Amino acid sequence: MAKKSDLLPGTLDMLILKTLTRAPLHGYGIALSIKRCSDDVLTVEEGSLYPALQRLLLQGWVKAEWKITETNRRARFYTLTAAGRRQLGLELSQFDQMIAAIGRVLQDVPEV
Amino acid sequence: MNQLHSFLGKLSILFGRRRFHLELDEEMAFHQEQAEKAFQAEGMTPKAARLRAMRQFGNATRLRERSHEVVGFSFETVAQDLRFALRQLRKNPGFAATAIVILALGIGASVAIFAFVDAALIKPLPYPNPARLVEVTESLALFPRGNLSYPDYVDWKRMNTVFSSMDVYTAHRFEFYTPSGTESVHGLQVSAGFFGTLGIQPMLGRDFLPGEDAVGASPVVLLRYGAWQKRFGGRPDVVGQSVNLSGVQYTIVGVLPKDFEFAPREIAEFFEPLRPTSECQKRRSCHDLIGVGRLKDGVTVSGALAQMKSVALQLENQYPDSNRGQGASVMPLSSAIVGDIRPILLVLLTGAGLLMLIACVNVSSLLLVRAESRRREIAVRGALGASRARLSRQFVTEALTVVASGSAMGLGLAYLGMKGLSRLISKDWMAGMPFLHGLGLNPRVLIFAACLAVLAGILFSLTPILHFRFSDMRDGLTEGARGSAGRLWRRMGANLVVIELATAVVLLAGAGLLGKSLYKLLHEDLGFRPDHLATLNIGLPSAAFSTDQQQVAFEHAVLERAGSLPGVQSAAATSLLPVSCNCNTDWVRFVGKPYNGIHNEVNEREVSTGLFQTLQVKLKSGRFFTDADNAGKPKVILINQAFAQKYFPGEDPIGRKLGDTQLSPASIREVVGVVENFKDAGLDQEQWPAEYEPFDQSPDGYFSVVLRTSQDAGSILPALAPMIHSVSPNVSVDWERTMQQNIDDSEAAYIHRSAAWLIGGFAALALLLGVVGLYGVIAYSVGQRTREIGVRMALGAQRNSVYRLIFGEAGKLIAMGIAVGLAGSVASAMLMRKLLFGVQAWDASTLAAVAGVLAASALLASYFPAHRAASVNPTEALRSE
Repeated sequence: MAKKSDLLPGTLDMLILKTLTRAPLHGYGIALSIKRCSDDVLTVEEGSLYPALQRLLLQGWVKAEWKITETNRRARFYTLTAAGRRQLGLELSQFDQMIAAIGRVLQDVPEV
Repeated sequence: MNQLHSFLGKLSILFGRRRFHLELDEEMAFHQEQAEKAFQAEGMTPKAARLRAMRQFGNATRLRERSHEVVGFSFETVAQDLRFALRQLRKNPGFAATAIVILALGIGASVAIFAFVDAALIKPLPYPNPARLVEVTESLALFPRGNLSYPDYVDWKRMNTVFSSMDVYTAHRFEFYTPSGTESVHGLQVSAGFFGTLGIQPMLGRDFLPGEDAVGASPVVLLRYGAWQKRFGGRPDVVGQSVNLSGVQYTIVGVLPKDFEFAPREIAEFFEPLRPTSECQKRRSCHDLIGVGRLKDGVTVSGALAQMKSVALQLENQYPDSNRGQGASVMPLSSAIVGDIRPILLVLLTGAGLLMLIACVNVSSLLLVRAESRRREIAVRGALGASRARLSRQFVTEALTVVASGSAMGLGLAYLGMKGLSRLISKDWMAGMPFLHGLGLNPRVLIFAACLAVLAGILFSLTPILHFRFSDMRDGLTEGARGSAGRLWRRMGANLVVIELATAVVLLAGAGLLGKSLYKLLHEDLGFRPDHLATLNIGLPSAAFSTDQQQVAFEHAVLERAGSLPGVQSAAATSLLPVSCNCNTDWVRFVGKPYNGIHNEVNEREVSTGLFQTLQVKLKSGRFFTDADNAGKPKVILINQAFAQKYFPGEDPIGRKLGDTQLSPASIREVVGVVENFKDAGLDQEQWPAEYEPFDQSPDGYFSVVLRTSQDAGSILPALAPMIHSVSPNVSVDWERTMQQNIDDSEAAYIHRSAAWLIGGFAALALLLGVVGLYGVIAYSVGQRTREIGVRMALGAQRNSVYRLIFGEAGKLIAMGIAVGLAGSVASAMLMRKLLFGVQAWDASTLAAVAGVLAASALLASYFPAHRAASVNPTEALRSE
């Protein structure tokens, strides 16, 4: 598959969790939401999305249930759990720290 | 917490596997549909949108696998490997069966032998604190562990400071009266503290009291559990009752525990306190006791030995007449019990270990052959993305499958082997080795088997992994490539096969030589005619036959009655049957010869007048005994040739006199004749000097009767006990056997027979393994040379020359194996010279036969691959590459 823009490693889980804070969504909805919110910069490949969802399910950070969509189709909707919310907080703060650290490195070094 | 959550999740998915897949499929189908709709909304044709969505989605199977990997357990891939391994083995039943059987044989032999080692050498003796128990005996140049005399025992017990207690025992027989007749039962006379020293408490009643072993104390007896059950019906009220043993009323004071065992005298049923009443026990020079001591805390065996040696030295200085050269021996009781079989067991264990090693080498070599033939498969799987770890795990799984089946089968073989080996041990020996009763697959043995299996598993897993590590996997993809690893293995495998064949030759030669020894042993010239002889033992109860006259009168009556039985040509008596042992010795001193106190140890037998005629032993000079040589006449003896040669070299022994060490007048006796040597001792023992005294002048309450029969000796045996009991119903009769049975079952015959069977068994295994190893190497080589052979045949080579080619390769290995093996055989036969009898280590006919057997079976093994090579269809061989 053509390379669009690769996600930063380790950020996919965080993006999924964040997306789910707004509303329960099915897999396609999650992928679409991430794509839209990032102005088409971030594309979640299906090959990564579903294994990631299984992982989050196993950890108990999301839960899944089958519901009927507006178009009257059966789809599996993922909801964030309390544990997922805590995990998201943790990951966000770690991510912030990392971005800040990278930012400091990339800044022009002031004269000492 | 998360771990647990995740584990439970995986578990529920594992059991709802079908549902998981269905849901995932539906979810992804929905996704694809949505994507398709989105593309259509952008203006694509339905077909293009569908293709686009599918392309974007990629390999659906792979996608599913990746989701699965997240939720699956790692053992699920192991299960896959296992299924694959089983399929592989089923596809190659020949390989699988060979590898498993070889491994099973190796494990079976090792575990069976180890079970014996465990039972005899590892399992502690069944007494409290068994490591503190020692055997205490006197020691002589001729007998490193000689019996104690009673006076010496009393002094040793008094003078030592190293034992918290020291006691003695001696074998004894009782006449036990039953309604069906008098039985001779085994017993033990023990000093009063004996059971206390061992740490054994009777389960019923009480132990002997101190002082119950004093002269004049009232007779008491302890029962063995088995005797209590068998002879007293296990009645609990037996304690306090009285029982008639050998005509004396004993009070039963107790019953020993069920699990009590005493290996040195396991057959003992009755135990009585030892009272120094016999003639022997009054003399310091008569040795009939064995001591058992319990070491005080902090005293070592060597410390105890040092002190007992100095005690013995003091006594030697004090009593130079009787104690000259009487040292001391102290050794752990366990060594005293299993000392004789320890070296045999360790040799066997080494042999089994070697077999196991050869088996492992063979199986590794077979695994290598297979790995080599799967080079392409491995390369393809590697190219398709299988990781090295995944490929390695496949080999590990296959190896473990082989090991698991081999081990399971090996345990079964070990069990059978134990049963078979136990059967090699005679009943009498088994009775002396109660520790072998617990023989079986106990936890220690199972742990040993598990260790072997783990080691084999590691070896078999590493072999193919290392093989591929050292060869570049890409080589495997190139057509017909034969890496250097293949050649390396061929050379190494060939060397290993030479070693295996050589080992087989050594063991086969050993088995052959031992078999021949056994034959020679059983057909040795004994100095008398062993056929048509019936024997039995008679025990006279001491109460009813207390005087010499009574014993002599009974012996005369029995021999007279026996001699008149139909089919009996002559009857005679002796204190000890021929072909027994160099034992029951006497210490003599010659009248008119200088004496410096040295031990002149000779075998001593009391025999009836007609013994030599009955055995058909020839007289060299002088005369046989006559009925006139009775108690009223001066004492006379016959001696054997060995006696004459050793003590009367170049002299005429007739008319010479000898006596005991003090030359006490009552002991003086005159030599009246010399008989030819005949086997007093065991079959493989050397001929000792022997003196024969007339029974009438020196009678005994326990003797053997020998009958020469005109018909088969076995047919007369059932008539003997009734005949003896018709003379006196109170005497015991046992050991009614033919002389030939005695010889065949004698200790020497048993040792040689067992050794021959054992080494023979090992040899058969080694031969099998060696031949399989040879087959493996030749088959591998043929497999690799198929194209070469095809080319040769295409160029006009005849099938005969192909046979020659393969047989040439095999023949070189076989010849080398035989040559190395024969050299090793002679060397190892020199080492076991002691076990050989009448056969030289370099016995040509045995070695030739061994070489023949090995060559024939090895050529047979190479015939199959040679035949396959010769049947190669040249066009096919060339096309297939």
